Amino acid sequence: MSAVLFFIAGIGAVAGAIGVATVRNPFYAVLALVSHLLCLAALFLLLRAEFVAAAQVVVYAGAVMVLYVFVVAYVGGAADPVRPAGGPGLRAASIVFAALLFAELLIAIIGSGLKAIDTKGAAYQPGFGTPNQIGELLLTRFLFPFETASFLLLIAAVGAVVLARRRGGLDPDHDELMRTIPVKRPLGTGTTREGVGDVNPTPGMGSLPIAVGAGDESQERGR
Amino acid sequence: MNIGWYLAVSALVFCTGAAGVLTRRSPLVILLCLELMLNAANLALIAFSRMWGNGDGQIFAIIVMVVAACEVCIGLGLVVAIFRRRLPIDVDEMRELHG
Repeated sequence: MSAVLFFIAGIGAVAGAIGVATVRNPFYAVLALVSHLLCLAALFLLLRAEFVAAAQVVVYAGAVMVLYVFVVAYVGGAADPVRPAGGPGLRAASIVFAALLFAELLIAIIGSGLKAIDTKGAAYQPGFGTPNQIGELLLTRFLFPFETASFLLLIAAVGAVVLARRRGGLDPDHDELMRTIPVKRPLGTGTTREGVGDVNPTPGMGSLPIAVGAGDESQERGR
Repeated sequence: MNIGWYLAVSALVFCTGAAGVLTRRSPLVILLCLELMLNAANLALIAFSRMWGNGDGQIFAIIVMVVAACEVCIGLGLVVAIFRRRLPIDVDEMRELHG
């Protein structure tokens, strides 16, 4: 049963990876990566790593992919390259490089001295992969990497805010554009006094009895 | 399954991500392919953790997730900043670091 689940999740993960590397549309590439991450979480569950599988789904497929979707929706229209990819030569060279890298990694896996690679792993202990074990390890043996990771997240958050912030106004071009338009208009245009009629009076409006004060002024003006 | 099968899947996903980084021109998709390579390394770490029977590999995988999240934040911030300056979003055009 675990063999069937492994092949389903493994083929799904590899198919998602190939989709990420080959799909033209960035949005569909993000969706392919989400499916790849879910299959990878299934592989983590098959390896008895429950907490890391849950963190994979919550952190990666939840938070990081939502950030990717927002940036693709913001930038995506202009993200298509102006000219096509580096030509068939570069594509063939990259495929040859990937094939050679895969062959090298397989030789390293098969030819390594680790005899336990050919087994199903160590005997399962009841507390393996639980949040209890991971929390204890993070706060005892791996306390310094844990604190360093906290500082790294803080530095990355501050850096991302500084990188993506606006620098005055909606767009620097708009500021330059507004500064060059010479707007000339009479004093008081667009104010309440213009509406009352004190500034730029409309011919014919003076004789209408709109209000008591306006009536008095119109009578005086009529004389 | 044996641990070697998981390592083979990890190697295949890593090589696919490496080919994508070399081929694609959009920095968004290059960041996605870097995610593939980091996730392949995570799968290898979890496989070795299962092989040895202790949780050290899982701690390493969690630290790799933290580094990947930081890399995504900074990389996407750079992409947004480049887009705001109306520069072409093409990795062949991004070779100068002046303001």
